[in-house]
Amino acid sequence: MVEHALVERVAPAARRRSHPVARFFRRHPLGAAGLFLIFVLLGLALLAPWIAPYDPVANDFGAMFRPPSFRHWSGTDAYGRDVLSRVIFGARTALVIGFGASLIGATLGAVVGVVSAYFGGKTDLLVQRLVDVMLSFPIIIVALAIVSIIGTGTDKLIVAIALSFVPRVERVVRGSALGVRAMTYIEAAQVIGAGSWRIIFRHMAPNVVAPYLVMLTASLGQAILLEASLSFLGLGVSEPTAAWGLMLRGAAVDFATRAPWMAIFPGLAITLTVLAVNVLGDSLRDALDPRLRT
Amino acid sequence: MTRYVLTRFLLILPTLLTVAVLIFILVRIVPGDIVELRLVSGGSFVTPGVIEAERERLGLNKPLWDQFMEWMMGIFRLDLGLSMWSGNPVIQEIAIRLPLSLQLAVMASLIATAIAIPLGTLAALHRGRWIDQVVQVISVAGLAVPSFWLGILIILVLLGVFGYLPPLTFTPLLENPRANLAQLIWPALAVGYRYSAVTTRMTRSALLEVLREDYVRTAWAKGLARHVILRRHALRNALLPVVTVIGLEFAFLIGGLVVTEQVFNLNGVGKLIVEAIGQRDYTLIQGLMLLVALGYVLVNFLVDLLYAWLDPRITYQ
Repeated sequence: MVEHALVERVAPAARRRSHPVARFFRRHPLGAAGLFLIFVLLGLALLAPWIAPYDPVANDFGAMFRPPSFRHWSGTDAYGRDVLSRVIFGARTALVIGFGASLIGATLGAVVGVVSAYFGGKTDLLVQRLVDVMLSFPIIIVALAIVSIIGTGTDKLIVAIALSFVPRVERVVRGSALGVRAMTYIEAAQVIGAGSWRIIFRHMAPNVVAPYLVMLTASLGQAILLEASLSFLGLGVSEPTAAWGLMLRGAAVDFATRAPWMAIFPGLAITLTVLAVNVLGDSLRDALDPRLRT
Repeated sequence: MTRYVLTRFLLILPTLLTVAVLIFILVRIVPGDIVELRLVSGGSFVTPGVIEAERERLGLNKPLWDQFMEWMMGIFRLDLGLSMWSGNPVIQEIAIRLPLSLQLAVMASLIATAIAIPLGTLAALHRGRWIDQVVQVISVAGLAVPSFWLGILIILVLLGVFGYLPPLTFTPLLENPRANLAQLIWPALAVGYRYSAVTTRMTRSALLEVLREDYVRTAWAKGLARHVILRRHALRNALLPVVTVIGLEFAFLIGGLVVTEQVFNLNGVGKLIVEAIGQRDYTLIQGLMLLVALGYVLVNFLVDLLYAWLDPRITYQ
């Protein structure tokens, strides 16, 4: 009888140990909503040619500055291009650059951070002073400087934004890696003769995955904002490519007087995308590493 | 304390020196120089002799080492050289724009703090309740809205709904405070809202941590009033990390408002940076970058001093 009761009490608990992903969704409904929105955006970006009502780069000088109507849901711009179609195609630019830059930047930053923590001494000192210098500039200035060296365009923009993330990610990952470095299993690996790179990638890297993932999602939103800012300045994606920041290019006063819809929809797209990414990132951080506050 | 201030101050110098060296190198990696940009890309035909003469005039054909020594020696004499584009002293070019950028940074920081500390406190006190949720949404949204788009929206509303256009030219604060504030309050709001987000979150989490401390429980137990506990015991200790965040954000606001200045047509330091980079104005870029780094390093220094003052346990080993 007692045994039976015990089984009764244990069994439901065992059944409740569901898949970690399912648990994440249950505990972080907002994060799940963010993820859902990101999937919707990915869908829009992938299927853009079939969803967008118009060609995003087709000029129509008979239909310039048209306000939103049934023909053009979000109106048209100065070249008569359909704003909605450009917003939909803009998702491609934003996501390609956002994912590309944050993935490259966070990975590179994490590798540098772990390597710096592993070797320590002079290497670490040198790397940290360099990081100090880069961190004493606003991120947009760093990106701006890199763009002026390597040039504009989608691929170069990815590199510029990625590189400007490296010092920030490096700092955080290095912090965790220093803790891992002091663990006895690292010493054990050294004693049995494992090489430096083997220790770095097989023993240290897997143990800093949590801060890496947190920084990765944090950079994703940042990357999309940075791309929009640089394109807005005319130093990012160039015309006629559909990009949200580029669509906002110009003085605010011009929009207000001529075509407010040209400013509203691309900005909404940026905000919603970054919101989705950040909300997901926050939940992920809570789930993975509650101590990180970035 | 004096010892601490001195050692901490001396730590600034190596960082600035590294910045000065790196900036000099980086600027020269950028493809194309100012002479090419101004003479050749203008479309008109110029003889190589003219180009050489211009390079000679700007000192661009001197050995890199000489140029470097000139730049470094200049720094020690507080002379940043002449702008290659306008011919005016770099210090003067910056001095024209700095008041605007500095004022905007101060205003945005004040607005951010005025939003963040009450909201963060409210959220922490009502953790998990609807007030907390609302505050979280407000701050998450603040991080997602690009401040330049918020700026555009503000002007859209002002002009479209109220038919009001803020002044477009800068008046110094002391000359005409009304006109000055009428222009700068809008960009300050757009930027301040975004920057309040980070500070709100920091206030909330720092306060939550402090509210769990034993001395807060003791304060409750001995029957102190809620506002006394909050002000004297909790907030004062929670503010340390918050002060850091506000300080660092302030430092980045001085040169980092590149895009917002564009939207509001403000002639500030951020806009000057974009122009200087675009024109390959080496001396001006060098001076500006040094200024931005100096701002960051100085604010960091002040934050550390504030820390040592607020928390007497901190000393420098």
